[in-house]
Amino acid sequence: MADLDSVKRFLKNYDGPEMNIMEICGSHTAAIAKNGIPSLLSPKIHLISGPGCPVCVTPSSYIDRLISLAGMKGHCVVTFGDLIRVPGSGESLASARGKGARVAMVYSPMDIIPMAEKEPETIFVFAAVGFETTTPVYALLMQELTEKKITNVRLLTALKTMPPVVEKLCGDGAPVNGFLAPGHVCTVSGYAAYEPLAEKYGIPFGVAGFSGQGLLIAITGIVKNCGKGVVKNYYPMVVSREGNREAQTLTDRYFEPAPAVWRGLGMIEGSGRVLREPYREYDAGSFDLTEDRQANPACRCSEVLTGRVRPRECPLFGKVCTPMTPQGACMVSQEGSCFTYLTAGRRD
Amino acid sequence: MEKVITTAHGSGGSATGELIGEIFEKEFHDEMDDAAVVDAGARVALTTDSFVVTPQIYKGGDIGRLAVCGTVNDLLMRGSRPAYLTAGFILGEGVTFSFLKRVAHSMAETAKEAGVRIVAGDTKVVEGSPGKTPEIYINTAGCGLMDGWKDASGKTVSVDVSAAKAQPGDAIIVSGTLGDHHATILGARMDIDVSTESDNAPLVDMVGKLITSGVKVHSMRDITRGGLGTVLKELAGASGKIFLIRDESIPVRPAVRDFCGIMGLDPLYMGNEGKMICIVAREDEDRALEIIRGSVYGENAQVIGHVAGAAEEKSTQAQPGDVILRTAVGGERSIDVLRGEGLPRIC
Amino acid sequence: MCVALPGTVIRTDEKTNTAKVDFSGNILDARTGLVSVKPGDRVLVHAGCIMQKLSESEADEIDELLREMDEV
Repeated sequence: MADLDSVKRFLKNYDGPEMNIMEICGSHTAAIAKNGIPSLLSPKIHLISGPGCPVCVTPSSYIDRLISLAGMKGHCVVTFGDLIRVPGSGESLASARGKGARVAMVYSPMDIIPMAEKEPETIFVFAAVGFETTTPVYALLMQELTEKKITNVRLLTALKTMPPVVEKLCGDGAPVNGFLAPGHVCTVSGYAAYEPLAEKYGIPFGVAGFSGQGLLIAITGIVKNCGKGVVKNYYPMVVSREGNREAQTLTDRYFEPAPAVWRGLGMIEGSGRVLREPYREYDAGSFDLTEDRQANPACRCSEVLTGRVRPRECPLFGKVCTPMTPQGACMVSQEGSCFTYLTAGRRD
Repeated sequence: MEKVITTAHGSGGSATGELIGEIFEKEFHDEMDDAAVVDAGARVALTTDSFVVTPQIYKGGDIGRLAVCGTVNDLLMRGSRPAYLTAGFILGEGVTFSFLKRVAHSMAETAKEAGVRIVAGDTKVVEGSPGKTPEIYINTAGCGLMDGWKDASGKTVSVDVSAAKAQPGDAIIVSGTLGDHHATILGARMDIDVSTESDNAPLVDMVGKLITSGVKVHSMRDITRGGLGTVLKELAGASGKIFLIRDESIPVRPAVRDFCGIMGLDPLYMGNEGKMICIVAREDEDRALEIIRGSVYGENAQVIGHVAGAAEEKSTQAQPGDVILRTAVGGERSIDVLRGEGLPRIC
Repeated sequence: MCVALPGTVIRTDEKTNTAKVDFSGNILDARTGLVSVKPGDRVLVHAGCIMQKLSESEADEIDELLREMDEV
């Protein structure tokens, strides 16, 4: 049996082949920074932040649509805090609110139901962003909306799934030798979805939790399996191979796969989820939001998201591009890789 | 019918006079003239702060208590003895007299606790907006005396504190648990029953005891919006020193830690209204901690780290002005000021 | 992505499909419906919904993982 000290010694003294390990979950990015994990690794182990923040990968046209909906008479956009400050091609929801647009921030999508019941004459639009973890919550919302026959709620969806984007990264030859698989996504989807990818590309995946210790153990496991196409579960407390079947079934009842645009990565087939045909009346116009205008042509977000460039290698990083004046998606969200590199002083 | 604020109460006419007489003069026991003439001695500290918190009444306090504490604590952080406050009220049309009275009473009680007098005030009324509960906004300005604090023997003791005075080896002390106010307010707004209450409190007893004890206090700062992280970074920057902080020593209640976990927030950047950081000479570390712990509102104080000494400065890659946090798993990271608004996040 | 935290179910309400979940004393109304729960269960909550039950006490998990890991 190993102990935490031996794990730390192994990671600090590792002298094998160079390892680029990509995390594809924004909460991992945040937890890695918060726990100071990079300072505990050998110079031969690099952590790279992939496209794991749903806000960061949402195209500008989606934000623009939310802003125009929030400004319409009789409409209110309801959102998580994450999206409030994200700029579209120009404004953000925060700046639009300052000009009179109606925007409400909630903790749970379910909070929209009492709002809609209280004001039946207002159309409430939920900014439904998220990955596999959050989509079942929207499915629960849809279930309740249909059961209660509430007709003044709409979803503007930008829902995404991880395996197709991982496939694209691997297929495009991103310089990655291992993945930290997203713990809470896998809670819902199970980790079986990553097995074919591990096998096809000969890359190890480690499902990780969010504590400092859990991350160190998962990184150790990935390094030790370098070159092997295996998926290991280091978060068995909540993650199983199959995931949460009830959540998957409910999600499939209301949502179906569709192509989706990822900020900086373009269109990826089958990587999105949209409302199924019988429920389209609940959609607020999510289907034509493919345009993704880059505010600053020098922005290298797409290369950051695919591990080709470190945040500090972008010429804009920390200069014109800061959390107060973000030029690209990775600096916008609190989970964006550039945001975390800057605020936690990551120098790697 | 319940009496409410109307635009007439901001007219400057009889209704304004009625409001002042009925509420403010009764609560503050001072004649609310256009300007107060006070005995201030030679040097004074002056400050002003505005308060717009929602909800206006929350667990552990209300906007009135907050408006006094905020300004009193600002005065204390320069080493002055808070003495006089003014209060400016901006009242939404429709605010009830009973609510305003409650807020004014709370200000009066808190002023009494802090040993300050509210000596002048102003009232304006703004039109309400439909569908929105009318609110009270308060500005308080404060005057603190720089003539020193009397110790037990009657001797006058003064300190000369500033943000830039941290010295190599100094101890860094936080006066109590972080994030209680922020979690209370945000929990109320997000409809989560948070198992803590606001820490809004005047730190007069703590600062007075610390100063009169003769402990060599180099810097003091109240930890308000922006949280501990922001204050540490600002103090390190102002002094050009490197701060070394231990994550495990930072006091945070389990309820606040979990609330932050739910909301995707970091306790380091949660706002407080009755906490301070003080940087004291290394040789006074134990005594300063004991004094703070023995003062009102200081029982959970902790030494959270120290200012890097000369040898540590040489052995680290950190630059002057950096704040380095040693994490529970033994990692290191640097701490920045709060960026953005610290909004709750889910994804 | 996907901020989620473990808490303990205090009671469930079948009429509203919710459960009161305790997080170190903070009480949150979480939506049920993705996994069946009962009072006393340790659960993972995301965006106000219970996503999964915890299989065992978290305290043991790190030890368990270390036990399974070969000598490093």
